[in-house]
Amino acid sequence: MDDQTANHSPGPSGLAGLYVHLPFCASKCLYCDFYSTTDLLLIPDFLEALAREMALNQDDSRLFDTIYLGGGTPSVLSIPELAGLWRGIKKYFPMAKESEITIEVNPGDGDLSYFQELKRLGFNRINLGAQSFNDRTLSFLRRRHSAHEARTAAEIAARAGFDRIGLDLIYGSPGEDISAWRETLDIALRLPATHLSCYQLTPAEDTPLKKMLDKGLFALPEEQAALDLFLTTAEILGEAGFDHYEVSNFARGDIYRSRHNQKYWRHVPYLGLGPSAHSFDGERRLWNTSSLNGYLACVKNGERPPGGSEVLSRQDRELETIYLGLRTKDGIDLKSFRSRFQRDLLAGKEEVAARLEREGLVMITGDSLRPTGKGLALADSLALLF
Amino acid sequence: MTKNIRNFSIIAHIDHGKSTLADRLIQYTGVVPERIFKDQILDNMDIERERGITIKSQVISLPYRAKDGLIYTLNLIDTPGHVDFSYEVSRSLASCEGVLLLIDASQGVQAQTIANLYLALEHDLEIIPVINKIDLPSADLEKVALQIDSELGLDPQQSLQCSAKEGTGIEEILEAVVKRIPPPAGLDGEPLAALIFDAQYDPFRGTVIHCRLFEGKVQAGDIIRFMYNNASYKVEEVGHFLLKRQKRDQLSAGEVGYILAGIKTITDVRTGDTITSEANPCKHPLPGFRESKPVVFASIYPVSSDDYQDLADSLDKYKLNDASFVYQKDSSVALGQGFRCGFLGLLHLEIVQERLEREYDLSIILSVPSVRYRFTLKDKTIVAVDNPAHYPDPISILKGEEPYIRASMLLPDRYLGAVMKLCMEKRGTGSTIHYPSPGRANLTYEMPLSEAIYDFYDRFKSVTQGYGSFDYDLLDYRESQLVLLDILVNGEKVDALSQIVHRERARARGLQACERLEEEIPRQMFKIAIQAAIGGEIIARSTISAFRKDVTAKCYGGDITRKRKLLEKQKKGKKRMKMIGQVTIPQSAFLSVLKSEPD
Repeated sequence: MDDQTANHSPGPSGLAGLYVHLPFCASKCLYCDFYSTTDLLLIPDFLEALAREMALNQDDSRLFDTIYLGGGTPSVLSIPELAGLWRGIKKYFPMAKESEITIEVNPGDGDLSYFQELKRLGFNRINLGAQSFNDRTLSFLRRRHSAHEARTAAEIAARAGFDRIGLDLIYGSPGEDISAWRETLDIALRLPATHLSCYQLTPAEDTPLKKMLDKGLFALPEEQAALDLFLTTAEILGEAGFDHYEVSNFARGDIYRSRHNQKYWRHVPYLGLGPSAHSFDGERRLWNTSSLNGYLACVKNGERPPGGSEVLSRQDRELETIYLGLRTKDGIDLKSFRSRFQRDLLAGKEEVAARLEREGLVMITGDSLRPTGKGLALADSLALLF
Repeated sequence: MTKNIRNFSIIAHIDHGKSTLADRLIQYTGVVPERIFKDQILDNMDIERERGITIKSQVISLPYRAKDGLIYTLNLIDTPGHVDFSYEVSRSLASCEGVLLLIDASQGVQAQTIANLYLALEHDLEIIPVINKIDLPSADLEKVALQIDSELGLDPQQSLQCSAKEGTGIEEILEAVVKRIPPPAGLDGEPLAALIFDAQYDPFRGTVIHCRLFEGKVQAGDIIRFMYNNASYKVEEVGHFLLKRQKRDQLSAGEVGYILAGIKTITDVRTGDTITSEANPCKHPLPGFRESKPVVFASIYPVSSDDYQDLADSLDKYKLNDASFVYQKDSSVALGQGFRCGFLGLLHLEIVQERLEREYDLSIILSVPSVRYRFTLKDKTIVAVDNPAHYPDPISILKGEEPYIRASMLLPDRYLGAVMKLCMEKRGTGSTIHYPSPGRANLTYEMPLSEAIYDFYDRFKSVTQGYGSFDYDLLDYRESQLVLLDILVNGEKVDALSQIVHRERARARGLQACERLEEEIPRQMFKIAIQAAIGGEIIARSTISAFRKDVTAKCYGGDITRKRKLLEKQKKGKKRMKMIGQVTIPQSAFLSVLKSEPD
């Protein structure tokens, strides 16, 4: 392997990413709209099908430098099951040296030896679905772990030798005020975490959360309160040395950014395996069916499990480049935008851009258009202005 | 054979069932096969169907075998039913010998029943009163009969009863049309005199002239001449209107039909003009048409200036189908090149807007509507101003005048207090009241037209809970303390939002405009200041706070396409708004400034 693939540059390497969706959960959370089933008896069938899907992709000769096991809850799988899966990946997908290999773990699912085994298998990054360090919030969100278990999981992951540990956290739960959220952040900062994803609780369609909100059982924070939470989060984490590199993502330094997730935001190719997983080859985005049974049936017959696909037109890519760029601290690289789309992003937009700069929403420096912290909170609207 | 022709129209107050009755007559005479019959077949525009009102005159020839055994051609000329369209009604009525005056059995005689009756009398038409909706539980035939006698001065014994909805009484109506409405007079041998009462544009055949022949005849090959501008054309085809155009060898005196003459110069066809023969012209044009007088003016601009030419072409075509609509070039600092347009009223304006958007697929913006004011300047010149952008320099003005109307309202007397309060609020003066029948009041007020066109009608309907009816005539110009009210958005004057208002009303209007704009303009990235000003003085203001947080929390694999599609949709929506300075203003904002708080 050459040096380029080995370094931990903040930007993606350009090498492909591999995502594996493990659609099983022991129980469903209030807010989650990812595809999963609680029928754990289907795990063996699924793993067999997954191996076949990998085989279907064996012609993929790209070099991968990130692997991400997400879900669902990958940690409902036993070590032998994960080992089998891992063998499959190694068999079919060529990997760069020092690839980033992440697994999402639910706190309480693994003891020290579980994490040690993960480490031994080759995983080098753990993402813990902590969500909160407040037991009331956790039970509201219908998480099956406690605040104590969440803390313990981070600590034992570190003890097992993981030096890249991410925590997922959720703010804006009903009944949780800003001081309760600060406590969660404070605890997170005392743990050996190198990456924090802080999501505002969002009611996605067809989730129990959405239904309960529609019934008026409780309310989410108003816009100003949401902004306070957003800015306070950035401020606290910033003071603690975390870099706010995407709307909801913070890293203790550039090397701790999620290399895999950045591929989504920069049109770097990725391959997704498992039900509902999305793939992108640079032009085409395609996704697997999100029904486990449909997936199993398809793959058994030696077919890819198609859910849909789209070819990105030039305009599509332009718009995605703009809106995804404006969601990240690095912003939009104007030079590369020009060479990709043969137009100057700011041409004819000078007045708007100047106004946005004056209002402290963006910074235009050298060859980049970057949102400020305040700008990140408005990234969706910003995208409509260009 | 003109003795077997009857030309008639149905006139009624809005919602008294005119279109439904037309449908039944068409159905009864079997001109439309049942399987393709759609309710309200004459109202063939989407907007008419949706709003349930007739905008365009339509005509259809109904073959009818009467009880006397003879076959008659009954030409039914449908007329619009809203106060804004009285001119279109007058054109149609001039082509008829009689009318069915439709009265709702439960609502009784209303303001437009009377206004329509007067129009029919003006044209010397045979009037057959028809009481409709007799199936309603609230039908009160005795009361309506009394009103026909006392308020209309007609013989209730001569009235017919029907339920257009249930299809009862239809044959009696057709028989009355045959027996009571006189056949058209006129001789085939006389020089051609045909009245244009409507026109439509057919992209393949050119202008389709709807006309009524009073004298003479016309056939393919004839050279015809428009008496208004002496333009000549060779006739390509003539015919009747069944459901569609039906070609005939000729049209002769007394008939209603169409003429195609390859007319592409659409301005040659003036509704109300007389068509005659080039070779053997008639001496005088036909009388009886009123000139269409627009009373409300507003400018139309394309949302995107690239669409200016499309807008110009569409207005050209649109104009052919709407003789009451006038326009000329105009330009605005805020909105660029556009057109200043005249309308018969606010409903007419809204309909034109909708039709341009729907039929011509245009995104347009209308400036704040205005009436035509008159200013006498210090040098004694008099200028008419229907566009606030042309408001004279205030120091040069000697006096200002505004048009006044006489508003006639019929209402149950229990609403008198509320309506009088409303009229006074609208600067109404010189009221008269009389009671045509117990419990009903006929109220008139003189008030500025500008007050009536704004939100008077909606509020009148609301305070009378729908029981009141309203009609108006233009009276004269009266002196008035007028000022120009400007609206500034983030310090920038938006000329399309300026209004000419009465000095005493300026502050309230300014406040109202600021409040409406605050509601209509969506929040944006920056704070938006809205101000109302007279000269340099700010008299009202409001603020639209900026967006603070709108970002989607998660954006990974599956979210990316979904989010892009949502943004595309939002971008499309934004294309229908106008950027002024850096503020995005939706179309609806421009008309909203005239609307006040609902009662």
